[in-house]
Amino acid sequence: MKQKKYWKGFEELYSTPGHQKAVGNEFSEPLPFDEPESLLSAKSPRRDFLKYLGFSLGAATLAAGCEIKVRKTIPYLVKPEEITPSVPNYYASTYAVDGDYCPILIKTRDGRPIKIEGNTMSSVTGGGTSARVQGSVISLYDTARLRYPTINGEETTWEMLDHRVIADLGSVAAGSIVLLTTSVVSPSVSQAIADFLKAYPGARHITYDAVSYSGMLTANKADYGQQAIPSYHFENARCLVGLGCDFLGTWLSPVEFASQYAKLRRINEDNPEMSQHFQFESHLSLTGSNADYRFPHKPSETASVAIALYNGVASQLGKPALQGGTPISDAGLSAGITKAAKALAGAPGASLVVSGSNNRFIQTLVNGINEMLGSGGKTMDWTSPLNYRQGIDQDMQQLISDMEAGNVGALLVYNANPVYDYYDGRKFAQNIARVRMALSFNERRDETTVLCKYAAPDHHYLESWGDASPRKGYFSLQQPGIAPLFKTRAFIESLLLWSKATLTDPLTYIQKYWKDNIFPVYGSGTDWQTWWDQSLQNGVVEPASPPAPTAAPFTGNPAGAASSLGGEHPATGPLEMVLYEKVAIGSGKHANNPWLQEMPDPISKCTWDNYICIAPALADQIGATVTRFNEVDFNRPVARVTIGGKDILLPILVLPGIHPQVVAVALGYGRSKMTGRVAGDVGKNMFPFVSYNDQSQGFDYFSTQVSLEKTNETYLLAITQSHNSFEGRPIIKETTLAEFIKKPTEIKRDMLEEDAKYGSDYRNDATLYPEVIYDFPGIRWGMSIDLNTCIGCGACTIACTAENNVSVVGKKEVARGHEMQWLRIDRYFEGDLVNPQVVFQPMLCQHCENAPCENVCPVAATTHSDEGLNQMIYNRCIGTRYCENNCPYKVRRFNWRDWNGADSFEDNLYQEDEVNVTMNENLTRMVLNPDVTVRSRGVMEKCTFCVQRLQDAKLVAKKDGRPLRDGEAVTACQQACPTRAIQFGNINDRTSEVFLTRTRDQVYRSYPVLDNLHTLPSIDYLAKIRNKDPQDFFSEPPQHVL
Amino acid sequence: MNRNYLKGPKKIFFFPILALLFLCSSPKDSFADSDKGKVIFAANCASCHRIMVDATGPSLFGKENETPGGRKWIYNWVHNPQAILQSGDKYALGLQAKFSIVMPSFPQLTDQDINDVLDYVKAAGELAQKSTPANQPAGATQSTGSDNSLLYGLLTLVLAIMALILMQINSNLSRLASEKQGETIPEPIPFYRNKGYIAIVSVLLFLVAGYFLTDAAVHLGRQQNYEPTQPIFFSHHIHAGINQINCLYCHAGAEKSKQAMIPSPNICMNCHKSIDGYRGPTLTDYNGKNIDGTTEIHKLYDYIGWDFLKKKYTRPGRPIAWVKIHNLPDFVYFNHSQHVVVGKVQCQTCHGPITDENQVYQYANLSMGWCINCHRTTRVQFTENNYYSIFTKFHQELKAGSIDSVTVEMAGGTDCQRCHY
Repeated sequence: MKQKKYWKGFEELYSTPGHQKAVGNEFSEPLPFDEPESLLSAKSPRRDFLKYLGFSLGAATLAAGCEIKVRKTIPYLVKPEEITPSVPNYYASTYAVDGDYCPILIKTRDGRPIKIEGNTMSSVTGGGTSARVQGSVISLYDTARLRYPTINGEETTWEMLDHRVIADLGSVAAGSIVLLTTSVVSPSVSQAIADFLKAYPGARHITYDAVSYSGMLTANKADYGQQAIPSYHFENARCLVGLGCDFLGTWLSPVEFASQYAKLRRINEDNPEMSQHFQFESHLSLTGSNADYRFPHKPSETASVAIALYNGVASQLGKPALQGGTPISDAGLSAGITKAAKALAGAPGASLVVSGSNNRFIQTLVNGINEMLGSGGKTMDWTSPLNYRQGIDQDMQQLISDMEAGNVGALLVYNANPVYDYYDGRKFAQNIARVRMALSFNERRDETTVLCKYAAPDHHYLESWGDASPRKGYFSLQQPGIAPLFKTRAFIESLLLWSKATLTDPLTYIQKYWKDNIFPVYGSGTDWQTWWDQSLQNGVVEPASPPAPTAAPFTGNPAGAASSLGGEHPATGPLEMVLYEKVAIGSGKHANNPWLQEMPDPISKCTWDNYICIAPALADQIGATVTRFNEVDFNRPVARVTIGGKDILLPILVLPGIHPQVVAVALGYGRSKMTGRVAGDVGKNMFPFVSYNDQSQGFDYFSTQVSLEKTNETYLLAITQSHNSFEGRPIIKETTLAEFIKKPTEIKRDMLEEDAKYGSDYRNDATLYPEVIYDFPGIRWGMSIDLNTCIGCGACTIACTAENNVSVVGKKEVARGHEMQWLRIDRYFEGDLVNPQVVFQPMLCQHCENAPCENVCPVAATTHSDEGLNQMIYNRCIGTRYCENNCPYKVRRFNWRDWNGADSFEDNLYQEDEVNVTMNENLTRMVLNPDVTVRSRGVMEKCTFCVQRLQDAKLVAKKDGRPLRDGEAVTACQQACPTRAIQFGNINDRTSEVFLTRTRDQVYRSYPVLDNLHTLPSIDYLAKIRNKDPQDFFSEPPQHVL
Repeated sequence: MNRNYLKGPKKIFFFPILALLFLCSSPKDSFADSDKGKVIFAANCASCHRIMVDATGPSLFGKENETPGGRKWIYNWVHNPQAILQSGDKYALGLQAKFSIVMPSFPQLTDQDINDVLDYVKAAGELAQKSTPANQPAGATQSTGSDNSLLYGLLTLVLAIMALILMQINSNLSRLASEKQGETIPEPIPFYRNKGYIAIVSVLLFLVAGYFLTDAAVHLGRQQNYEPTQPIFFSHHIHAGINQINCLYCHAGAEKSKQAMIPSPNICMNCHKSIDGYRGPTLTDYNGKNIDGTTEIHKLYDYIGWDFLKKKYTRPGRPIAWVKIHNLPDFVYFNHSQHVVVGKVQCQTCHGPITDENQVYQYANLSMGWCINCHRTTRVQFTENNYYSIFTKFHQELKAGSIDSVTVEMAGGTDCQRCHY
């Protein structure tokens, strides 16, 4: 097979001198060694060294040896029966925040939640999670949370607050009370809201979503008579087209869709087939980077693309075409649309088109295409529509004008933060002053809450009782993993108290709701208490068998929609801008989360900031060559974006795959200092650049007239893409579906040829130490990672961080290459600069049987276990870093500083950045996993295969006196993965999933990385297969454009 | 050094007690009936019942004559107390009223088992009646042992000084003799300037200092023999030794988790609701000071807020801050249940003669070498525990006779990441 060239960035593609130097050095900065002419002229000569050595030895002896601390051990006064110290308890619960949904298990240790796991009993998500869900556990211990109710910013008691609020609510004009919330997926919260509205006749409830799906909701109301979103069945979509829709990363319910999507991306070698995925989009999204075919276009062309696709499908199926839309001038895009239309028409009833547009006319067109293809009842299901988003943009506009007119007497804000994320937040802020009584239930002093008279903070979701209904007929329960940390109160309880309801306790209220509404339908044949206990234990309540998908009668008018779109955006400038959400940060709600801030963005690999993404061609145009932008220097030029009268300064990040006339900037940054020390002043707020489209009555997340101008300033961006380079060594294997069917052995041909030279026992020849051939008498751990189903979402990275106490280091240190994540996802580009192919490769310690790191450790701090683990022993490590230098996979992480206060000397603690201070607060430290050592300065660390989880699983088996079962030992990354791309188990067990994958199911695809070094890794990767025509797959490597 | 009283005659009692504990934990083995009764009593009854005095439940001595149906009634009662209560049995209802707690049922005990227990109770009770408790001062076992090391030391010192003096005299005499013969002899160098002496002393000093320094460095952070004063003088000797309460009754975590668990005071109160005074042998702490057991029990009441006169909780309690004796560094993972349940290691293996100790001290040094040595020599339950069935290689070797057992080390028990992660 022709070896392709894979590159992480332009610096690697063009191998610039800066890049060569950077990869030549193991560490990003010069080590503090001076090499003087003679020893005596050295800054620190031998005698000084000995003096320091002597002093520090003495000091250490004194510090450690003088007196042993008297430690206390304090048992419970009365031990709760369910708690056994050091044995974790798991509680089934639900992550349901602003309409994002994920059923979870809360792992609590000694009463405090320390980890989130996916709930495998849910058929909605199948046990997967996302980075945001994984990261939500540290937000429980967020130091910036409001700790008590306030009136005008002053602490008060709940009694006083209730008294004042009830008085105020009674005194404002009837009908002027407005409850403003984000989408509510909880049926009992909806019920409580209804009760509240009944208690105050004329009061209104307005739903507002920071990133709106109003276009879909209104289109569906017109087309199907339901103001709702159908549930999708990506697992049935053999042909799939996404129109600016990041359904694997940020759109609606990515965990759910990713798990469905992966079902048709997994390859069965005996009968290889997979779905075909087309993506049309303006910036490079996570979904686009996973697509088989991807075509960039300008945001102003979205309507034209939809119309062209409609007409393409119509002509294939012999249906009438639509008028309207401007003809597509780009030949490649046009050909792509034709190809997609052909593929869609070729899979009737097994195809799906989804669009991320908030324009209801475009959504009507998409509905029209799906109708022609017969998706209804197959890939689109109206039996159980989704409840994730309910906000209608027009309601919000109405609210602003009501506030302006002084018609709003009381405004109660729950979870929404319009001062920050409404496009005219300033206007909203000004008008809050006109509201007589403004109250916020939000958990922190965010931009809206600081302007409200009252703050009645709600619990964190890990502290509260609740429920959720992700789609019609599917329910899940939320139970607390810890008693409330602060003097907060449940939203339901506040509402009910103010409604003067008799039943105000949240748990009793929810139980009553369930007893009245859900138990009668699902609880047949059992009594209420048993059913409730069972439901609470399972976390989810679902129909016994999934209801058959049905279609809804289509009454939409695509022709009308097309003609409405015809007049769209006539005035387009040379540049356009698209606003997108990042996988980790989203709309900015989770911005104060240090784990999520430090997670490299799947596409840009940048942490801690938002920035202007532009294509290399555009970068050239505005006055700098590509390499100047992407050299290893992280100080990036700053540019000014101007739209209408507004402008903003942001650093430039050049990415291939973006349309050359588009700038893309992420939402969710630029939170106020009051939101928290982590998020405060990180990046810039882009919500003011959202606009309201009067014609489609929805928010537009793009602009068509943008000017971009480079300034002379620079700004530091902490980008990790150039860290840990493989320097172009062949580590990715991929091919097309057609080629794979034709000749499956081709993938590993070079490897097999190499192996043939050594004969069957090449393992013995692989090492310089012939006596060190490990035999693994009991267990041998092994992992298998499927590059075809890995979508690069980063859930595993955050799960690993949470499980293994991985340190957060802060932006400055990330820029120096000191990030600590044990598991990184390498993102490689390949091919065309304008529209490259993307491969994601999770990279972690390979646990080599013949590990190069082990040979070079002078103190034997890294050794091999008889279960095949490459063990890193912190307390033995003296920090020579030889192992890191010798690791071909670049997966070892060195503690350059004392990030966590684990050193004996307190002053060593690194406190330079706000986030380092935050991470070391006693409150934040409650998230640490007590089973994993917190590493101190000067020691090396790396992936352990979650050895604490393996030991635990083994212990359970030993206590039961039975062999370990396959699937009992689960690593954190494997558990978190929404697509089940990671398999793990005992490869000595001939029946284990991972053994069968290697030897029976995926023989042709599974390969170890850098096999030619004979490191004999314990991890196998499964080669990537693209459903692409071979001529489209093999593109020439890009030419030098300098 | 304060452990000295352990040496001496008391040590003789240590082994039988230890042996007894081994017996208690393996009731399958067959013993003489009264021994068997003792074992069953210790495993099932001792946590609530005592032979001569009432505890959580009534004393057992003589009860077979009191019950309405003699032994037969007792069989039924032990197998299903609730049934008897529901039948309206007066005697049973009287017990319930007196102790306000109902005994759990023990359906697994056969009539023969119960007979054994009753025989043991009878025998032990009669023995106790013969010897009144006042005749047995426990403190008497304290060693008065004459320690000869001081004498030997003094003797050595005197002899060494005598030898030095003799050497000096000898050299003086020989010098005088030489002078007499007319030989000129240089002025003698005083011994403190004698290079030979200085060399010998320096080398000795270096070796001694080096030895102690290294030893001290190796023992940094270790606290073998640590025996702190606890907030309550809790005697394991009385609870686990004399009264034979099973270790796991209080330290329930040892079977389930990483930590053995210091019991929460509500566990103490299971018995101490009724045992509000101490009438056992005299207690002394390691300084020889007498301890009043009753006062110590009342300290517990103070902590948990129990009014022993009114027999109810009257105040909010506060937890007891015990001083932690056994500490492992943060980078060590140790799991009790692994050793107790899987390894079937006795508590005493690591914690020493706990049933003899009034105040607990750290018996083992808890060093890594100590752990590793045990892992090297201890055999795993290789054939008994089916977990090890996957170790096919060792099974074959066992069959072939090339090995006779599998040690913890062979099963990977000395790999770093079994304990450090």
